[in-house]
Amino acid sequence: MAMEITQILLSAQSADARVRTEAETSLKQFQEQNLPVFLLSLSFELSNNEKPTESRRLAGIILKNSLDAKDASRKNILVQQWIGIEIAMKSQIKELLLRTLASSAQEAWHTSAQVIAKIASIEIPQKQWPELIATLLNNMTQRDQPSSLKQATLETLGFVCEEISDQDLVQDEVNTVLTAVVQGMSLAEHSPEVRLAATRALCNALGFAHSNFENEMERNYIMKVVCETALSKEVDIRKAAFECLVSIASTYYEVLEPYMQTLFELTSNAVKGDVEEVALQAVEFWSSICDEEIELQEFESSESADSGSPHSRFIEKALPALVPMLLETLLKQEEDQDQDDSTWNISMAGGTCLGLVSRTVGDPIVPLVMPFVEDNIRKPDWHSREAATYALGSILDGPTFEKLSPLVNAGLDFLLNLMKDENNHVRDTTAWTLTRVFELLHSPANGFSVLSPENLPRVVKVLLESIQDVPNVAEKVCGAIYYLAQGFEDAGTSASLLSPYLPDIMTYLVVAADRTDSGDSKLRTSAYETINEVVRCANIAEASQIIAQLLPAIMNKLAQTFELQIVSLDDREKQSDLQASLCGVLQVIIQKLSNTDETKPIILQYADQIMLLFLRVFACHSSTVHEEAMLAIGALAYATGADFLKYMPEFYKYLEMGLQNFEEYQVCAVTVGVVGDICRALDGKVLPFCDGIMELLLNDLRSEVLHRSVKPPIFSCFGDVALAVGDRFEKYVSYALPMMQGAAEICAQMDTDDEELMEYGYQLKRSIFEAYSGILQGFKDSKSEVMLPYASHLMQFIELVFKDRQRDESVTKAAVAVTGDLADALGPNIKLLFKDRAFLNDLLGECLQSDDEQLKETATWTQGMIGRVMVS
Amino acid sequence: MAPPDHRRPFKRPTISDQQRRRELSLLRQAQHRLDAQHRARCLASTVLSLEAPGPGPGPEPEPEPVPELELELAAESEHHVEGGGGGGDSRSPSKEFDVRQASKLRGAEARKWFARQLMLPEWMIDVPDRLPQDWYVSARPAGKRCFVVSADGITVSRLRNGSVLHRFPSALPGGSRTRDVSGSAQSYSILDCIFHELDQTYYVIDMLCWRGYSLYDCTAEFRFFWLNSKLVESGACDPPSQNHRYRFSAVPVYNCDENGLHAAYTGAVTYIKDGLLFYNKQAHYQAGNTPLALVWKDEKCSQYVIDTDSNGNVPRLQQVVLELQDDFKLITSDDPPVVFGSLDNDIVQKSGLRSGYLLKFAISDGGLSFVDGRLDRADLQYLGKSNRARAFADSYSKVIFQYSVRHSPLRIDDLLAAISSRDDRENEHPDVEMVD
Repeated sequence: MAMEITQILLSAQSADARVRTEAETSLKQFQEQNLPVFLLSLSFELSNNEKPTESRRLAGIILKNSLDAKDASRKNILVQQWIGIEIAMKSQIKELLLRTLASSAQEAWHTSAQVIAKIASIEIPQKQWPELIATLLNNMTQRDQPSSLKQATLETLGFVCEEISDQDLVQDEVNTVLTAVVQGMSLAEHSPEVRLAATRALCNALGFAHSNFENEMERNYIMKVVCETALSKEVDIRKAAFECLVSIASTYYEVLEPYMQTLFELTSNAVKGDVEEVALQAVEFWSSICDEEIELQEFESSESADSGSPHSRFIEKALPALVPMLLETLLKQEEDQDQDDSTWNISMAGGTCLGLVSRTVGDPIVPLVMPFVEDNIRKPDWHSREAATYALGSILDGPTFEKLSPLVNAGLDFLLNLMKDENNHVRDTTAWTLTRVFELLHSPANGFSVLSPENLPRVVKVLLESIQDVPNVAEKVCGAIYYLAQGFEDAGTSASLLSPYLPDIMTYLVVAADRTDSGDSKLRTSAYETINEVVRCANIAEASQIIAQLLPAIMNKLAQTFELQIVSLDDREKQSDLQASLCGVLQVIIQKLSNTDETKPIILQYADQIMLLFLRVFACHSSTVHEEAMLAIGALAYATGADFLKYMPEFYKYLEMGLQNFEEYQVCAVTVGVVGDICRALDGKVLPFCDGIMELLLNDLRSEVLHRSVKPPIFSCFGDVALAVGDRFEKYVSYALPMMQGAAEICAQMDTDDEELMEYGYQLKRSIFEAYSGILQGFKDSKSEVMLPYASHLMQFIELVFKDRQRDESVTKAAVAVTGDLADALGPNIKLLFKDRAFLNDLLGECLQSDDEQLKETATWTQGMIGRVMVS
Repeated sequence: MAPPDHRRPFKRPTISDQQRRRELSLLRQAQHRLDAQHRARCLASTVLSLEAPGPGPGPEPEPEPVPELELELAAESEHHVEGGGGGGDSRSPSKEFDVRQASKLRGAEARKWFARQLMLPEWMIDVPDRLPQDWYVSARPAGKRCFVVSADGITVSRLRNGSVLHRFPSALPGGSRTRDVSGSAQSYSILDCIFHELDQTYYVIDMLCWRGYSLYDCTAEFRFFWLNSKLVESGACDPPSQNHRYRFSAVPVYNCDENGLHAAYTGAVTYIKDGLLFYNKQAHYQAGNTPLALVWKDEKCSQYVIDTDSNGNVPRLQQVVLELQDDFKLITSDDPPVVFGSLDNDIVQKSGLRSGYLLKFAISDGGLSFVDGRLDRADLQYLGKSNRARAFADSYSKVIFQYSVRHSPLRIDDLLAAISSRDDRENEHPDVEMVD
């Protein structure tokens, strides 16, 4: 039944564009017209050893792409299509794929292994491919088959384990899989390829081995094999074995005690003597142990005593040997490291691990690291000086301020001097260390800071000199200023300490942003973002003038971007990035200045010009709406209030574009937020635009493509619209309310074990309540009867949400508020609905006992509203 | 080489300002949404209708000038038991304002509006059941009853007739320009106070709105709890300063058991007492007359037990003000009104009286007679038309209280006896109220 498609597959890779397009079109037609036969034909092609490698390769790729996609909604469609194919056809396809594993062509069986895993991910959880594991394991005992079949089989097992969850296999299956895999690792008769595939498979299968790790004998055996494999003579296998150890460290932390001595020696030797890729995994083993212990500590402190898993204090016990091992790695810098921040090498990994160790143990790390710092910081070799300042920067998070401040105070001068070091790396790392010092040890609002009126002048002086250093150093200095300013936020009178320096700081940051000697835009971006933080954190009374001066300067820069020569896509992108930074600064300035009555007039005075600039930014980009400009417009709408109406005719089309941007969901999300701002700014005057806005919002909700994170804000936005237009929301009720009810049903059925999903659930619940609140309040003065038919569903939803004991307090707040709104808007009409709802008393009681004043007040109000209904 | 997925390169700058800008925007929007919804909620519950406690029929009362004399004012406060009565006149258009809008009203409009917002206790003519269980008692300060609104950076106090007493900065929420700079503009408060001249202090007897939250629909129990916990916190009880011109003070409120009543009656307070106030714990704040708040006084706890005339003298015969109806019946301001008798056609014709007029009478020696606890007959002697400043007739409870004071007053011992006897009865027949 399979069709002959070799020629089309080859044509689809032709150098001739016409031939290629034609072939692609016919493949697509085939796929659309008869998917089952299409997939069967591809499988046939893939499994057939007679066929050319090229056509088999493409067949495999198309198969994979027919079963899986990165995009979740697309993936779901593909999965449904596969499920819809008749069973006999699917069996044929799977049979062909399994047969391909025995092929001598590596590319073919490798692709087939991946395709099998994709099908397994669909079918195994549904128990629709029960024979898969047995079939695969059968391959391992076939004597007359090529060694590559074992390799292919192990690889397939690994992929399958990666795709499915540990609940999808019964323990017997797990046992046989593990046995096969561990044997594949340990039997000397196996080729290195088989052992490598087995080791990698184990890494994926470890998550299934919970009961095996509970059994001491089985555990000992697995650990023994992994440790032996970590000493293999093949680098790839050693690396894979260490990856297994990393995985074991995080999955089976609680049973590691007996093996720690061995593991320390194993990793320590690897760090000191093995090749870098193995050494990196050895360091990662310790980083993972730190992750576990940090989590245990956080869990302990929040949940008190009875946490199930014990804290074994491996890091504390290993500290005297572990810290020197890690410090050694810091001296192994590459000559050109740090120019690119994504560098990952042994010294980076070592520093990262040192930082985690510091967070794990706190104070005890300090005396172990300081001698290294003091010893190396004056040495003639730059490697030593860089390692010293890197070590110091790494341990600033964890130990107490009391422990660190004497050292940092004594060493601050030294660090500032190092900013003049002859070596670029040393200056770069020192700037980073200063950033960490300000981030972690400078918080006057919380009563501690290493900065004082005495040392601040020199600190600022050095930073402003160093911001003129080479771009990579200058960029890090921006970071230091960022945190320097941040620390002074909300710091009361201490905040004034920085005020005298603000004019200079702004000037130098603007100059840094204008520099052209940097290969990329990172320095510019950092400089503008630092300007943002300086503006945000400034004491408005003392800084209003300097911020007011900055405003026209930034506007001017934004105007200049329209003059840039645009010949390539790249030019366009650069222009867009620069506009993003400048719109960002404008947004921050608008928000800052419109916050006080004294400074708001400054914004109003420039509002027309600013809006014109934003509209021109939009006009520069035909395909999409500029996110940062949109964000800034939200702030402007808040500042101008009802005056924003005059911009609406011009701006409205961009609002529409933004709401239709499903692909760049952030843009859509930001635009939804701006709709809310505009509703609050225009109030009833937003009415003429509401038909369009509501239609687009409803479309957004219906879209299966739009990222789900945008949907909760849309519900909140319904509330904003309703609150603005009052009873004229009536015509949208029959569209919006069913959507809200549907979303409430989804909340009711949501899986509460998935933490990420739960967070989303909270958001959704909160926003559904906010929608109801806005709509109910909007209808309160007239036509509230429109909402009567929806009252009972809402009440059930409130009850459902209340019964969820784990609910977030923000959800409770929204729930109690909407309960009051319901009573307030519908009054005596729903007296019966409120009667005998015992849970309402519990809800109010819970809120009234809260420590949150706002929640208590809302609950009081709601109590009053309910009381009014009940006595009526 | 790339780091493991979850391991962020340690030295990469930690700044993601774009994300921060997004988050801060969301935060700002969430805050503004909250403010907007909050505002909608508060407007809802503080909308006080001009119609509901509408003025009774009769000549348009003229705004009274701010009385100069404390004595006269105190007497005035007892004379005018307004609101609730008259059977809803539709003359004034049904305008609804919330307090913030109303605070922008000026002149006569403002006076008219604010004159109708206070809750007016009835006079205690017999002792309510379950005093110790259901009631609070407090010593009422002597002074000017007023409505204090703090909003938009200023605090305004208005007397019962709506005229402004003081306009001043205070530490109340929204009460002065210097406070709450970043706070919500919706932050405002409304207090029911008595201004006590001697120590220039506003004694707060009730709280209607706090920081934008309406307490109108809350029980007295809750309002007093809120009052006691919030007022001090705000700094309003601090001594006067530049931004806080008058001190505020909460009036001690007791459970109305034997000890509580004793404390209110004899306890030392920083102010001159003018009787005792009783509040039913479950009652909501409602503008106008209510039997769920009561006032009682005797010579020991008040200087003004018996009504005085406009010269401050006690007339020989008790005087009452009643409203003339179409059928010549004379009624009180209560809702429903109580009929005290009817006027002779002769007098009506001769004096040119019309329906709705407020008329002054003396209770002659025949006095009042009751059958089954109800007024049966009153021996009234027509004195003439009432003062034009009067807006309402007397309430039934006021007339009866004044009558009792002159004949057989309700004494403190009666109250104490009621408390203890009812305590006993409670203990013996806990369900007796239910049977009733």
